[in-house]
Amino acid sequence: MAVTGAEILIKTLEYEGVDTVFGYPGGAVLPIYDALKESSKIKHILVRQEQAAVHAASGYARTTGKVGVCMATSGPGATNLVTGIATAYMDSIPVVIITGQVSTEMVGTDAFQEVDITGITMPISKHNYLVKNVKDLSRIIREAFHIAKTGRPGPVLVDVPKNVSAQLTKYNIPEDVDLRGYKPTYKGHPTQIKNAAELINEAKKPVIFAGGGVINSEAAAELKILVEKTSAPITTTLNALGVFPETHPQSLGMLGLHGTPYANYVVTECDLLVGLGVRFDDRVTGAVEKFAPNAKKIHIDIDPAEIGKNVEVDLPLVGDVKTILEELLPLVEERENREWNARVEKIKKEYPLKYGETLALRPQYVIEKLGELTRDKDVVITTDVGQHQMWTAQYYKFTKPRTMLTSGGLGTMGYGFPAAIGAQLGNRDKLVVAVTGDGSFQMHMAEMGTAVENNLPVKVLLFNNNCLALVRQLQHFYCNKSYSAVDFSGNPDFIRFAECYGAKGIRITKTEETVPKLEEALNNDSLTIIECVVSNEEMVYPMVPNNKGLNEMIHFEEGEDDGR
Amino acid sequence: MKHTLSVLVENKPGVLTRVAGLFARRGYNIDSLAVGRTENPEISRMTIVVEGDDRVIEQVTKQLHKLIEVIKINDITEDEHVHRELILIKVNADPAHRMEIMQIVNVFRARVVDFGRNSLIIEVTGDEGKINAIENSLHPFGIREVVRTGKVAMVRGPKHKNGKS
Amino acid sequence: MAVAKDLREVCQFGNLMEVGKKMSGADILIKSLECEGVDTIFGYPGGAVLNIYDAIYRCKKIKHILTRHEQGLIHAADGYARSTGKPGVCIATSGPGATNLVTGIATAYMDSVPLVIITGQVAVSYIGKDSFQEADITGITLPITKYSYLVKDVRDLARYVREAFHLATTGRPGPVLIDLPKDVTYAETEFFYPPEIDLPGYKLKPNGIEKEVEKASEMLKEAQRPVIIAGGGVVNSGAHEELLALAEKLQIPVSTTLMGKGSFPENHPLYLGMPGMHGTAYANYAISDCDLLLAVGMRFDDRVTGNVKTFAKDAKVIHIDIDAAEINKNIHVDLSIVSDAKNALEKLLGIIKEKDNRRWLDKIEFWKKEYPLKYCKDSTRIKPQYILEKINEVTAGDAYFVTDTGQHQMWAAQYLKCVRPRSFMTSGGLGTMGYGFPAAMGVQIAHPEAKVVTIVGDGGFQMNSQELATAVHYNLPLTICIFNNGYLGMVRQWQDLFLDKRYSHTEISQPDFVKLAESYGAVGMRVEKPEDVKKTLEKAMETPRPVVIDFLIEQEENVFPMVPAGGSIDKMLGR
Repeated sequence: MAVTGAEILIKTLEYEGVDTVFGYPGGAVLPIYDALKESSKIKHILVRQEQAAVHAASGYARTTGKVGVCMATSGPGATNLVTGIATAYMDSIPVVIITGQVSTEMVGTDAFQEVDITGITMPISKHNYLVKNVKDLSRIIREAFHIAKTGRPGPVLVDVPKNVSAQLTKYNIPEDVDLRGYKPTYKGHPTQIKNAAELINEAKKPVIFAGGGVINSEAAAELKILVEKTSAPITTTLNALGVFPETHPQSLGMLGLHGTPYANYVVTECDLLVGLGVRFDDRVTGAVEKFAPNAKKIHIDIDPAEIGKNVEVDLPLVGDVKTILEELLPLVEERENREWNARVEKIKKEYPLKYGETLALRPQYVIEKLGELTRDKDVVITTDVGQHQMWTAQYYKFTKPRTMLTSGGLGTMGYGFPAAIGAQLGNRDKLVVAVTGDGSFQMHMAEMGTAVENNLPVKVLLFNNNCLALVRQLQHFYCNKSYSAVDFSGNPDFIRFAECYGAKGIRITKTEETVPKLEEALNNDSLTIIECVVSNEEMVYPMVPNNKGLNEMIHFEEGEDDGR
Repeated sequence: MKHTLSVLVENKPGVLTRVAGLFARRGYNIDSLAVGRTENPEISRMTIVVEGDDRVIEQVTKQLHKLIEVIKINDITEDEHVHRELILIKVNADPAHRMEIMQIVNVFRARVVDFGRNSLIIEVTGDEGKINAIENSLHPFGIREVVRTGKVAMVRGPKHKNGKS
Repeated sequence: MAVAKDLREVCQFGNLMEVGKKMSGADILIKSLECEGVDTIFGYPGGAVLNIYDAIYRCKKIKHILTRHEQGLIHAADGYARSTGKPGVCIATSGPGATNLVTGIATAYMDSVPLVIITGQVAVSYIGKDSFQEADITGITLPITKYSYLVKDVRDLARYVREAFHLATTGRPGPVLIDLPKDVTYAETEFFYPPEIDLPGYKLKPNGIEKEVEKASEMLKEAQRPVIIAGGGVVNSGAHEELLALAEKLQIPVSTTLMGKGSFPENHPLYLGMPGMHGTAYANYAISDCDLLLAVGMRFDDRVTGNVKTFAKDAKVIHIDIDAAEINKNIHVDLSIVSDAKNALEKLLGIIKEKDNRRWLDKIEFWKKEYPLKYCKDSTRIKPQYILEKINEVTAGDAYFVTDTGQHQMWAAQYLKCVRPRSFMTSGGLGTMGYGFPAAMGVQIAHPEAKVVTIVGDGGFQMNSQELATAVHYNLPLTICIFNNGYLGMVRQWQDLFLDKRYSHTEISQPDFVKLAESYGAVGMRVEKPEDVKKTLEKAMETPRPVVIDFLIEQEENVFPMVPAGGSIDKMLGR
């Protein structure tokens, strides 16, 4: 029996276990939307702007471990996805993006709503396809899912011309995927593993350094065993927060530009750095030549191209983190490292995270309280980009993997709220809190409509300082306090804004209101904006200045912001 | 230092764009690029000459490997390999100088493929050294136009570099 | 667009004393923009453009407009450019700031709008390393820019800016991107703004078209049933007067594409309305029946031609366009004239003689009477077409109209009466939802005293509704008319007509638009009855603040006439 390309597409998505698709319809995807309507297994979530669809698919993927799926029409529908695709690419998130395209005979003629999306997304997707023949469609979808979720995950785009999705053909259950040019390495080289174990056993001042790869690999348990066996302190990147409980005595929190002071000092002093699923990004290393200058470096990563890209390593080890750890752990000796751990404790005491204790409402305080109130619940926190993102990373204290969603690599403002929508849809019974700033929130605040339409009781913790505060901070330090174009007067009244969507709005202006109002909002089963009115003169400390080493941080000075 | 990479890719439309886009994005310098079918019509071979030190070449190779359609990459710079390039040179050749030019053509075992009133087109195949040498030798006469194919290369000996041993 | 002839002309706003002075890349950029006569820059700051923003802070001549999303700023720059003819200039930071511009760049590219886009980039040594907020924006925008630059050396910067403006504004205009790494903005060199441009691969066509113009005049003389279709090229070229003179001298009826709207006065008896998928029936019949088609500055897009095999099948085609690649791209052309429209029409006017086409014009009058634009009037429910008729009455031709994409866009094209060029702004080629409101901001900023009326749907408005903050911040007295039917109307129409009314995900909820406007401190008005339409419009246009009018319109109204996709334009539904 002949079916249309659109029906084949939907059937293959169902075969891949897809239950949610985020999207926005249009002319070129009419046949696909028609077939989608008939699907009993797949739920479609209509967003307000296509960028939110990719961010939502990303939030869904990050919290469930499945591949996120989104869909848009041709032309402007597809170009609106670009930032979202680049965001997922930089953070290695498995997302499959389906775009409509004009009919094959119109491609290349500057037709209405036509754009070369495969050309445009070439630098920012793991791979992409333009389906020219309906007979290839099912195979291509299966390949797309395979590529998206295996090896180093990433976004894969499939461009489907309108005539292909309307064309009739016979549907065959697609075969398993076999790509000649794509065979990721999972198992580590046995000799290298042995060598790695030796280095770890010999080290006097080891530090374990975990990144997003540990989460993608689902290796949190193995990581914990490693840390406890070696008694080594552990630090993580922004994207890996939660992969090791930050409440554990060996946790150093996050490392890098705005990492904890003690993480930065400890890494600078260590003699062995065990990097697991990290890529030594410039936010983490500071000036590369000054990064962990005394340490031998072990780099375990599934992507061989990352090894040696930014930092020279002594022991490269290509493979999947979990698979390698399983081989490595039996060879690692139990150690106590008393002297080193004592040193680490001393550094932690001497250089804790600090912020001003005066009367004003402090965002750091709010984050701390949020952490206390939610950490033991089944919670997902998303953030946007800016000061609030850094404070969340510093003060929340994550304890479980897949609970911290943020745009780490690309630093995309507007990520947090749509990602929270995706996370909530993938995890109906979890508490989802989107921490954001007034700048970031305004980028996709229209998605309140999406949240309301789908009854999602997401909480938006909005730090409102009427300012693009992180840019202002940079201007404070690097531009002699010339605050250029960072002032956001003209912001709406966020409480009234929430109400015109039928959502709730709660405002916090004083420190003592924090806990009771947070509790009220977190328990009210409604989409809620919790607005915290804070000062635009707050700074994120510590801060590693440009071209400086991690141990050359600017610290919070007492008395700097007295009288507020 | 120049490295010669022999890259096997699936013969699909857009592969060349992906490779070129990758090089542009990562900032690698392509000296020359030649591509054509192999004995297997589904597979093409690209011979890419890249400028860079060992670390750059290592990154280039690893990033290329991430492209789905790239099957195998060999850095054959150090291997014993046969490499050839073809060049067509249109040179001024008025009757007074024609003899001299013909002598150069013979010395290099090149061929004349077009006779004009005041010019000749000379075709030469050879390794980079030979190509450069004949171009230099013809320079004094006035070169009107040059087109080069870029280098192609094959490793000496019985080993195949096409994924089979 | 004339090319500046000497340094002084180029540096009309620049201070010549600064030539030769050593300064940072950021300052060179701003000084170069001043030399180009830029008065407004639309932007959003970030880490990579920190130094540029420092230079902007100290610059007194250029006004900076801060939006809430980069897509808002680029559509605003686009609206500015379309309504003035000057290049729109915008700036965003690296990574996500740059990628957020992509839709706006593609929109401008498809409609040949002159934009110069400056994006920050990570330092040169960090490029290609997947650095924080790094994106290969030149790679990404390769298919959708007229040209792009990655500035690796500060000594090239001034020259690239000069070239970028030249490329953006000459020939067929388009968006040009300059990617500026952070360290280059700090590096210093002497400032020199080059008077000459050297682009060996970009030579504007010489204007030797006398022979072709001769031939054209002969063909026009012989034609019995001629039609002119004027497109965006007539607007870009400023050729509307020549077009009117030509049409009147030869008595040829004129149809204007969506992009050409306003290039021919729409209250003129020779005006035929828009051709194509949602064009007027009489325009489509006239084109289908004509024996000579004079196409000026248009590109035979599929929305205009329908099935190319039957499009104007009996007609000889004369195609005047500045872009040679457009000629014979979609349809076969009998006489091609590669030239700027104004130049070609001037030359043509110089040699043609007056002519009368009485019989042909009578036939067209007949079609106009038999198949006018029509809709079912209703006294209790607001019809979208009715709102547009009232807008015509209230503005009396003295306003700028900006639309979004969808059914409202087509109704606006059909019913709004435009009498001058650059008064109707819409995303024609890419069909971008979310274009209308930010573009209107750009138009208002370019023309602070003018009436600017924005027509958007409830779907499209929600794509960039965050820009209400920008409108309030700069107190732009816009009138934003939301045609609210609770649907993605155009998609719903296709599902209605072609998929048996299977409405798949085209119903869309919305906030209370009036309360939304008020939460920003803007003015919100709601209209539910037809008798309130006109007075609400009048009140809104008198209000010196941004006004959002929520029109609750008939929910399942369809745009007619309609040529089904790929169909022949003389076979319309609902005419």
